[in-house]
Amino acid sequence: MAITAPVEDLGYTPSTKGVWSWLTTVDHKRIGLMYGVSALVFFVVGGLEALMIRTQLASADSTILTADAYNQLFTMHGITMVFAVIMPVAAAFQNYMIPLQIGARDVAFPRLNAFSFWLFLFAVIMLSSSFFLGGSPDGAWVGYANLSTEVTEFVRMDYYAIGVQLLGIASIGSSANFIATIFTMRAPGMTMMKMPVFTWMTVVTSFLLILSLPVIAVGLWQMFFDRNFGTVFYEAQAAGDPLLWQHLFWIFGHPEVYVLILPAMGIVSETLPVFSRKPLFGYQFVVFSGIAIGFLGFGVWAHHMFTAGMGPVAEAGFGLATMLIAVPTGVKIFNWIGTMWGGKLTLNTPMLFSIGFIAMFIIGGLSGVTHAAVPADTQQHDSYYVVAHFHYVLFGGSVFGFMAGAYYWFPKWTGKILSETLGKWHFWLMFIGFNLTFGPMHILGLNGMPRRTYRYPEGFGWEFWNGMATIGAFTIAFSILLFIINIVKSTRSGTEVGPDPWDARTLEWMAASPPAIHNFDQVPIVRHLDEWWHRKYGVDEEGRAVPLPEGYSEEPAFVPETGGIHMPSPSYYPMIAAAGLVAMGAGLVFWSSGFLGVGILVVGVAIAFWGLVGWAAEPITREAH
Amino acid sequence: MSVTSEHVFEEADFEATGDPVHRTRKTAMWIFLGSEAFFFGAMISTFLLYRNSTNGGPGAELFNIPFTSASSFILLMSSVTMVLADNSFRKRDQRQGRIWLIGTAALGLTFLAGQIFEFTEFYEHGLTLETSPFGSSFYMLTGFHGAHVAGGVLMLSLLIAFSMRGKLSPDHGMNVELTALYWHFVDIVWIVIFTVVYLLQI
Repeated sequence: MAITAPVEDLGYTPSTKGVWSWLTTVDHKRIGLMYGVSALVFFVVGGLEALMIRTQLASADSTILTADAYNQLFTMHGITMVFAVIMPVAAAFQNYMIPLQIGARDVAFPRLNAFSFWLFLFAVIMLSSSFFLGGSPDGAWVGYANLSTEVTEFVRMDYYAIGVQLLGIASIGSSANFIATIFTMRAPGMTMMKMPVFTWMTVVTSFLLILSLPVIAVGLWQMFFDRNFGTVFYEAQAAGDPLLWQHLFWIFGHPEVYVLILPAMGIVSETLPVFSRKPLFGYQFVVFSGIAIGFLGFGVWAHHMFTAGMGPVAEAGFGLATMLIAVPTGVKIFNWIGTMWGGKLTLNTPMLFSIGFIAMFIIGGLSGVTHAAVPADTQQHDSYYVVAHFHYVLFGGSVFGFMAGAYYWFPKWTGKILSETLGKWHFWLMFIGFNLTFGPMHILGLNGMPRRTYRYPEGFGWEFWNGMATIGAFTIAFSILLFIINIVKSTRSGTEVGPDPWDARTLEWMAASPPAIHNFDQVPIVRHLDEWWHRKYGVDEEGRAVPLPEGYSEEPAFVPETGGIHMPSPSYYPMIAAAGLVAMGAGLVFWSSGFLGVGILVVGVAIAFWGLVGWAAEPITREAH
Repeated sequence: MSVTSEHVFEEADFEATGDPVHRTRKTAMWIFLGSEAFFFGAMISTFLLYRNSTNGGPGAELFNIPFTSASSFILLMSSVTMVLADNSFRKRDQRQGRIWLIGTAALGLTFLAGQIFEFTEFYEHGLTLETSPFGSSFYMLTGFHGAHVAGGVLMLSLLIAFSMRGKLSPDHGMNVELTALYWHFVDIVWIVIFTVVYLLQI
């Protein structure tokens, strides 16, 4: 179905050339791309940190890294991968795809969207620069008190306390933006239960972030105050309780792990139906189990603290709640398998990554259930078994799911398709490398190898499996190199494809590839779940899909024209406000060095004030020139 | 709003799911306030955990309930003037609205002055950030609340400035309503803090 009647009156069309147009852009698609590229860069950074860790651990009694360097590396590896890779990749997909999937022209607050991106980027740059400016955080990404408040040196955990705080503000901004967009800007006729699953999972993760990030914000302020202002929140000698930090951290931290996995679950719920040529099996169940995971995710935080001495009643309660959460997760897995069952499978790269996601996530999910049993967990706690578990859900789950999404939506972003040959090499190398790296960690952990220690002595029989894991890590690194080569090559000289290369089901495939700045010339009217599919296919007497003739429609398919389209104008104020906030953060990090910190803080306040006031006074759409 | 059957499409659906800026911005504000509620929730929980952990230093006996009741009353009254300001701007009476905004900001500043006086008193009686978890969590909770009031006063001042320069157009008029939502929220949080921190201790 061709999209006719181009819109003549587009109001003020911003320039799309040059660096300045990127710095001032408020277009959700460009912001999405910038999130994606930044996340890929930090994926390489976090990956290099991982390779250094694996090089150190390749053999017993290794002396390549000092204990101090190792502590900084594994802490920054965790922070980078969680906050600078998986969350922004999810934000990249959400930014680019959500307005297209719900038939909107942009997100609800384009400038807030730009602000969230710049705040994220500047905060991560500040965090990463800690390697060269005073030393990196070295108290693990969980930052347990009172190691984080009393033991670690000057500025190190201040970078953590302030950096994560700033990233939290960025995420709260983008989550409120997504919820407002999805709740109020859907195309006419698209009820909540006609939304694509990826959009639904964005609703759930946004709510999780909105409600969990403020809790860690309080914890981070308490940590920062303890370090710099002499408060005694976590100081046991002054009747403070270090366990409070663990509770606050995990009340955020556990919903956070669902924030990391639910977008990937949403992505495979999009790809599996397309490449099985069947509708998603049990759409309602997939949606509601996602919501159930979100709710239950707030009630299981203390299963991270079974060895902290909470007492048998709390431990039994949290153990049971944790087992309960496996039920909606299992429902989803059966629905995905049900979707593929009896379908016409196309085993191309996005489908391989989707199936890889299901398989690896099942392994990670099952080892997760073993953590719910308190006596077992007491043995596994802080061992490599835990490291194996969360890499199976975060790498085998999230990263595989995101790779599926990248191969699936790449044609929409660039108008070109990623190379299948390189893609399959990428998949198989990553699949083998991943299992070689993290599979052996189950064995190492059950044999008692503790995590977060920079070396291990000979004679425990850990050398062989550690060696295997290191080989696996380099295999993964090579596969990621292939992925990057594939992106560069295909962007330059890939096969050009039309708007709908996969014969897909959802609204984003109606728009051009890449979409015009206003996404849709005419806003589609939605009557079905999988609206785009129903515009292409009807059903014959035996229930088989038959293609409809071109342009077939019984009813009006688009919203009638009502005047022109007004897209928001570019603005540099969001970037300035973000820079000001991060400068304020840097001032706080260096608070303990007196004049330097206060000076940076004052400059930051001035810049942030300029940015925010300019932003508030600026009209949303400038007049057409 | 619902599309009852697959092939029925009503005119009303356009209005319900179209592009009402008003509804979108209010939704986002409520979401943000939900987030703020958890922020204060975590700090109030911290205070409840530490309300008896005075570490040998001073505790709740320092509280001057009549004084804080008076300053709480002032803050509550600022919600009334805020409603009146919002109402005036709805009627497009910028001058009257501005007067109520100035009144609201003044009441907010009075509350902040009371808080500064109170902090000074407590400090002189030996309750500091360092003395005890009670002191740390008391100052952090009431201090962050005070910072929110100060932020609200800043927003009110900006609204007043925009209104004087004629920049509070109907498009920006929505900002008064959003600021009002925020202001009422900060007031309600204070009611909880006053009850939990001050009244429950005696």
